[in-house]
Amino acid sequence: MKKWRLSLRLFPLFAIALLLSGCGKEGLSTLIPMGTVAKEQADLMLFSLLIMVLVMVVVIVLFTYAIIKFRKKRGQEDFIPKQVEGNAKLELLWTIIPIILLIILAVPTISKTFAHSDTHVAKGDDVIKVKVTGHQYWWEFEYPDQKIKTAQDLVIPTGKKVVVELTSKDVIHAFWVPALAGKIDANPGQTTSLWLDADKEGTYKGRCAELCGSSHALMYFNVKAVSPDEFKQWSKDMKDGPSAPTTASAKKGEQIFKNNCMSCHAVGEKGGQTAPNLSNFADRENIAGFKEHNKKNLKAWIKNPGKIKPGAEMPSFEDELSDDQINALADYLFSLSVKK
Amino acid sequence: MSVNAHSLSQPKQNSGFFSWLWEWLSTVDHKKIAILYLFGGGLFFLIGGIEAMLIRIQLAVPENTFLVGHNYNEVITMHGTTMIFLAAMPFIFALMNAVIPLQIGARDVAFPFVNALGFWLFFMGGIILNLSWFLGGAPAGGWTAYAPLSSEFLGNGMDFYVLGLQVAGAGTLMGAINFLVTIVNMRAPGMTFMRLPLFTWTVFITAVLILFAFPALTVGLFLIFFDRLFDANFFNEANGGNSIIWEHIFWIFGHPEVYILILPAFGVISEVIATFSKKRLFGYSSMVFATILIGFLAFMVWVHHMFTVGLGPSANTIFAIATMAIAVPTGIKIFNWIFTLWGGQITFNTANLYAVGFIPTFVMGGVTGVMLAVPTADFQYHDSYFVVAHFHYVIVGGLIFGLFSGFYYWWPKMFGRHLNETLGKINFWLFFIGFHLTFFFQHFLGLMGMPRRYFTYLKGEGFDAFNMVSTIGAFLMFFAVIVMLINIAYSAVKGEKAKGDAWEQGRTLEWSIASPPPEYNFAQTPLVKGIDAFWKEKMDGKDKMTAAEPVGDIHMPSSSIVPFLMSISLTIASLGFIFSAHDGVRKPALFVAGAGVVLFFLCMLARSIKDDPGFHIHKEEVIETEKGVR
Ligand code: HEC
Ligand SMILES: [Cu+2]
Ligand SMILES: [Cu+2]
Repeated sequence: MKKWRLSLRLFPLFAIALLLSGCGKEGLSTLIPMGTVAKEQADLMLFSLLIMVLVMVVVIVLFTYAIIKFRKKRGQEDFIPKQVEGNAKLELLWTIIPIILLIILAVPTISKTFAHSDTHVAKGDDVIKVKVTGHQYWWEFEYPDQKIKTAQDLVIPTGKKVVVELTSKDVIHAFWVPALAGKIDANPGQTTSLWLDADKEGTYKGRCAELCGSSHALMYFNVKAVSPDEFKQWSKDMKDGPSAPTTASAKKGEQIFKNNCMSCHAVGEKGGQTAPNLSNFADRENIAGFKEHNKKNLKAWIKNPGKIKPGAEMPSFEDELSDDQINALADYLFSLSVKK
Repeated sequence: MSVNAHSLSQPKQNSGFFSWLWEWLSTVDHKKIAILYLFGGGLFFLIGGIEAMLIRIQLAVPENTFLVGHNYNEVITMHGTTMIFLAAMPFIFALMNAVIPLQIGARDVAFPFVNALGFWLFFMGGIILNLSWFLGGAPAGGWTAYAPLSSEFLGNGMDFYVLGLQVAGAGTLMGAINFLVTIVNMRAPGMTFMRLPLFTWTVFITAVLILFAFPALTVGLFLIFFDRLFDANFFNEANGGNSIIWEHIFWIFGHPEVYILILPAFGVISEVIATFSKKRLFGYSSMVFATILIGFLAFMVWVHHMFTVGLGPSANTIFAIATMAIAVPTGIKIFNWIFTLWGGQITFNTANLYAVGFIPTFVMGGVTGVMLAVPTADFQYHDSYFVVAHFHYVIVGGLIFGLFSGFYYWWPKMFGRHLNETLGKINFWLFFIGFHLTFFFQHFLGLMGMPRRYFTYLKGEGFDAFNMVSTIGAFLMFFAVIVMLINIAYSAVKGEKAKGDAWEQGRTLEWSIASPPPEYNFAQTPLVKGIDAFWKEKMDGKDKMTAAEPVGDIHMPSSSIVPFLMSISLTIASLGFIFSAHDGVRKPALFVAGAGVVLFFLCMLARSIKDDPGFHIHKEEVIETEKGVR
């Protein structure tokens, strides 16, 4: 009996804990919004939820009352309830009240949907434009005004409107940074757009949200929000390109890279465009968008990318390159930083 | 012409396995076809359920390696496709076949031959789809099969998807037309439209929706088919096609499909709740009106599945408002059900537990539906677990609860034996609790940022706990289904024999005849004097319907193997087309495909040339049969 009461008393605690964990991790959850769009979306989500909870409560109360009060009781087997045909007044009531509730919901729905879809940039607007291209299974980021290309980590300045223009090289992907803004699809051969901003410096998790093949689940990216000054410095550094390798091993690695990897990957201006640009690889948050950024993971990646990301469009180099060569490559790639 | 005339009173002469098999392969009796649909759908329901369990096992813990990448995508695609097209649809057709002719006082459907053909096409379509597992891999583009992933990037599995659904879809379309004609033409005297039981009404509207929605799917599948096999470029941007067209076509079909599924469940709930409250349905006319309105609006809202495609805020908000509007007729239904319970005398057997459990569960799915209709908020929900939770609340919590309720309710009518109530209640509570455990927390997962169709999630993303709960819930549902299977097996042997009016408070015509009904259903076509016709007669102190005709010879359609042969020939044609995608065997495969098509037309020719006058069950025999049952 006592135990029973204790667990009853603990129940609210348990519920609160569940609700809190229901908010998710900062930088990744729509419930902890960190930018204008996500905040207004969260407000709208909560507002609609409130109306819906109201509806739910009315329904559940009436329903519970009905099934308890009118259940069949012993000894009245012969009872025949009144056969009610309907009730015009009641029926009108539960037609009109929902209509009113929906109108109340429709107003902010319309205004916010227009506001969040407004990606028009007039001349002289202080916005950052980014062209995002989805590839099976990685993201390419190009800043047309700054003339920079990078991949996997999208660097943005805090407090500024960032207009994202989306397209895809292959299948349909969707660009989603839950903590900053809702998603929009990246369609092959077409462009779509969205806008977002970030209040605070930090790293926000991004992911693909449209089934795009075997490694759809691993098509992560990061949005790194830095101060406007830092952003300016970064875009200048990016244009200058990474510093040249200094150690002997890294220099050796550069050569191997030129022979094996440049057909797809670019460093600075030079190289192929069908794979992530690696100019600032050493500054990345993750390897391949989601693995911890260390040499061990990098080597595992080069040896066999398909083992980390099923179906990745990079060949495995396990049999092509010796461990020494892969070590040198790793040293080289970890020297590719634009930070001065 | 009365070769088969004695089949009813005397057991078949050669009652071996093959004659049993022949009987089922060639039957055109709607009651037998209902059983075929039930067990055909049941088979695929189990396969789809096992696929669901594989998904939940993989997602139980983060970074699991049980089922990853392409294989995971195959399983989710087959789970969705199977559950919608091969389990839910045939279950609905099972109830339609079992109940509709009886509820309107008819002896069979309008086109018994087409009815059989519809079933065999559905079944062979399902077989084609599932053969992919053994012939090079299943489709992996999701049940929505978005192009160009489905049209250009995925392998042979997609061909199984395209042709399997094409064949199954043709069967569905035929079935729908058949029921439209049946309901319009074959109602008993006095059974006006505004006296139709609500289940018949919802099936009628569902059939209309199928009639207009499935052709869109057929066209879309043909386009993908031509893109894949003959490089047609309908969806290939690089060559001037447009991949978004597929999304429009798919959802112009896909949204009405949701209502095709849920409306019959609404019908079941309306019947079950009225019966077990011992009350007529509250607000019958507004229920009918709401059903029609939902059916109409179903075609106005498909873009709410495409808010994130980039169609712009004007299109998005227009479709948003249309979508919200659907909440009004749906709300009317919910309140009418509650007020049917109100003032009644409610019996809580398994059928009614499912019906009553349906109400709050479906309301949950409904309100998240309204939330999803807000476009800019949907940018966050879309393709996340919030959506997964939402549609499982309406499809499992709505449709499947409704279907299970209908199964328990009409089982005695279909098989002449009751399902066991104790097992039934265990089945209900396991399923009900398991269901909410599985899907309730998925709402939060979605809001926390977990996208759907992800084969894994990372450690430290905070998704672990809810996913584990979800997997545990899924196991409860799995056990619930096992209990149901045990119940079916048990009742087949030991189930309590059912009376004609099996629940003793039946209201509609099906309860006025024997359980299971004789081959001809009604010895005399009943005269319908009002809504809830049988209840009305009982209140007037009678124990059966007033007849609209004297006892006489009854004309019956004869059975035919041709529908089965026609679906076999389309299966051959489909497999031919599927393998023509493989280089090397293209020519012979196309030849096989051609042969299948020719065979199909030969069957049609045979059917057209051979005169089939049916047969008669004689008056004396009818009187004899009727004596035995009451
Ligand atoms: C055929 C083209 C191709 C070649 C050759 C190739 N790669 Fe890649 N590489 C890719 C693609 C495509 C990706 C993106 C894979 C993904 O994330 O899905 C990638 C990703 C990477 C990444 C991860 C990038 C990031 O931002 O996290 C690294 C590091 C990498 N490659 C290194 C190499 C090295 C070193 C070589 C030479 C030994 C090489 N690649 C050769 C195509 C190629
Ligand atoms: Cu993806
Ligand atoms: Cu829809």
